[in-house]
Amino acid sequence: MHSIRRHLVWLVVAVVGAFALGTVALSRGEAINALWIVVAAICTYLIAYRYYSLFIATRVLGLDAHRKTPAHRHNDGLDYVPTDKNVLFGHHFAAIAGAGPLVGPVLAAQMGYLPGLLWILAGVVFAGAVQDFIVLFISTRRDGRSLGDLIKQEMGTVPGMIALFGTFMIMIIILAVLALIVVKALAESPWGTFTVAATIPVALFMGVYLRYIRPGRIGEVSVIGFVLLMAAIFGGQAVSMSPTWGPMFTFDGKALTWMLIGYGFVAASLPVWLLLAPRDYLSTFLKIGTIIALAIGIVFVAPTLQMPAVTQFAQGNGPVWSGNLFPFLFITIACGAVSGFHALISSGTTPKMLDNEKHARFIGYGGMLAESFVAVMALVAAACIDPGVYFAMNSPAALVGSTPEAVAQTISGWGFAVTPEMLVQTARDVGESTILGRAGGAPTLAVGMAHILHQVIGGQAMMAFWYHFAILFEALFILTAVDAGTRAGRFMLQDLLGSFVPALKRTDSLPANLTATFLCVAAWGYFLYQGVVDPLGGINTLWPLFGISNQMLAAVALMLGVVVLFRMKRERYAWVAAAPAAWLLVCTLTAGWQKIFSADPKVGFLSHAAKYADGLAQGVLIAPAKTPEAMARIVFNDRLDAGLCALFIFVVLSVLVYSVRACLAARRANHPTARETPFEPMAVA
Amino acid sequence: MRTSGASLAETGRYLRRSLTQSLRLMVGLPDYDAYLSHMARTHPGQEAMSYEAFFRERLEARYGGGKGRCC
Repeated sequence: MHSIRRHLVWLVVAVVGAFALGTVALSRGEAINALWIVVAAICTYLIAYRYYSLFIATRVLGLDAHRKTPAHRHNDGLDYVPTDKNVLFGHHFAAIAGAGPLVGPVLAAQMGYLPGLLWILAGVVFAGAVQDFIVLFISTRRDGRSLGDLIKQEMGTVPGMIALFGTFMIMIIILAVLALIVVKALAESPWGTFTVAATIPVALFMGVYLRYIRPGRIGEVSVIGFVLLMAAIFGGQAVSMSPTWGPMFTFDGKALTWMLIGYGFVAASLPVWLLLAPRDYLSTFLKIGTIIALAIGIVFVAPTLQMPAVTQFAQGNGPVWSGNLFPFLFITIACGAVSGFHALISSGTTPKMLDNEKHARFIGYGGMLAESFVAVMALVAAACIDPGVYFAMNSPAALVGSTPEAVAQTISGWGFAVTPEMLVQTARDVGESTILGRAGGAPTLAVGMAHILHQVIGGQAMMAFWYHFAILFEALFILTAVDAGTRAGRFMLQDLLGSFVPALKRTDSLPANLTATFLCVAAWGYFLYQGVVDPLGGINTLWPLFGISNQMLAAVALMLGVVVLFRMKRERYAWVAAAPAAWLLVCTLTAGWQKIFSADPKVGFLSHAAKYADGLAQGVLIAPAKTPEAMARIVFNDRLDAGLCALFIFVVLSVLVYSVRACLAARRANHPTARETPFEPMAVA
Repeated sequence: MRTSGASLAETGRYLRRSLTQSLRLMVGLPDYDAYLSHMARTHPGQEAMSYEAFFRERLEARYGGGKGRCC
């Protein structure tokens, strides 16, 4: 009797969630309130956390509250510190939540909100949160080692090296695609460009303040920085209206690309306290604040979803990105459903601060559920703006034209009624000259957020402020990621190349550092430039590459989980990691194969290259290329992207082979072979 | 009445401290008091770093090592 009553409240949660999800999924034609989505998501998370994560914690992994964690074993008050689980949750969440969960769902909204929502919910419950949880567990049992080390230890040196190299390439693609999002948001926007540029002197000031004037007073300096940032937004408005200053901050995509590349090189070479650290404080606090504000805004405003549940682009052929729902939806939404990059965080600082092994469930599984909720909010923000405006913002000019009249006509022809006046008015509302051709997620999300938040604070007059606030918030942490990522890439590169050129390995040598930084910036800069001049908008090329590589890393992390479960002699539960790993392998390998070999030039790199190569051979120019040289460059870039895709496939397949071998070996052994740090009991306080 | 008022204030203090700790740890700065008590407990002979030195050491550790962050 007692046990039934214990489950009764959860039964109510399940029924409410099922009803909300049913309302969202089964309504056709009538507009749905966003709160149904929020309720469906939260109920799903609660049930998944209560039952599935508990099952993983007790049966699959066997978390042991009496086992000493690395934080206690190596406690040094610095890296290894036993930390309150709520405090650590905040740390972990701030580390995993970035631009990814905000961008992917916005891009996926072209198929309607339903496919994206279902994948986010199913993905996080069975794949994403499981991955984060298992990797955190594995790392905690091994003194908080990193993913690369764990793979080396449990599978062998070669797969470890391969995984490390794969991670480096993923990093390069991520940096390129993040920088591309900033370029798309700031092109021809003096307001946005001024505001984002102003963050550099603000951060420099904060850096000096923290170093020399009031050392270590983070809270104080962050408040000052925040006030300056808000002033910069209003300053940007003045600049955009000024006839002399406005043009000075108006740049096209190519100019912004070169500035970002220059910025990346300089920022990654400066001492960390001067620019990187203060910018990180601002972007972290702004990120958390904005996420909370958006959640409150959605609940408070309860916007109606304008986007249909499913659009005709669910059949493929969408303007924002091409390809069919399977497999491309599952790589377009990475973070928020499942993200391989989280494996690096879960095997980074978090396992070194876990007070008790039991907390891994709340922090690993629960943290990912929280990130998934951010993705759901991004989906809501994208789906509550007018679909016509959504497609006008996200479709490349080569497809829909470049004047409001042409764009409105094309998109209305698709069945999303929109007038040129609406497009012009939306641009005016948010203080921009145009909103056309702003693919990449950030501007769309900014319009959605402005749409929601101006109804809470400020009314119509504040719409432009909220739009630029949202742009600033995204650009700020993307620039932090560019800076930190370039540094991380530099270290990885020095580590990798150091095996061949020992002089490069010395991280204390300035020429070696500058060389590695230059190589790193050149690598992502190349892909960024390629994306900016890409006739189909760049996102169409780079985002699938990012998605494929990121999901492959997730598959690698889950395969590590399978191997460890086999080695622990818990293979009867290995399906918990093996099933999502198999699904990710199917999706990424299919997507990778189609990106290389599809006969549709909009999807396949090689057929796209062949189209232009044929044109070159016959001496015909194919739009939008204007010169034979431009066509030759397109051909080269297509083949390069195809090669990169093939490389990713090779990486993931070789890790698969090594995992299967490791699992078979573990099965043959008659005792557990997992190499955990030996058990030590937790000291009784 | 007085006791509940006192415990309310205590709860408020606890929440405030947790919030400050959370925000600091989000940017990679662990609790300085925890560090001090750790030093006092396990290395009574050694001199602990001042808050400023502690801050710098943590800043270098967070950003200097080239640790990547998420997308």
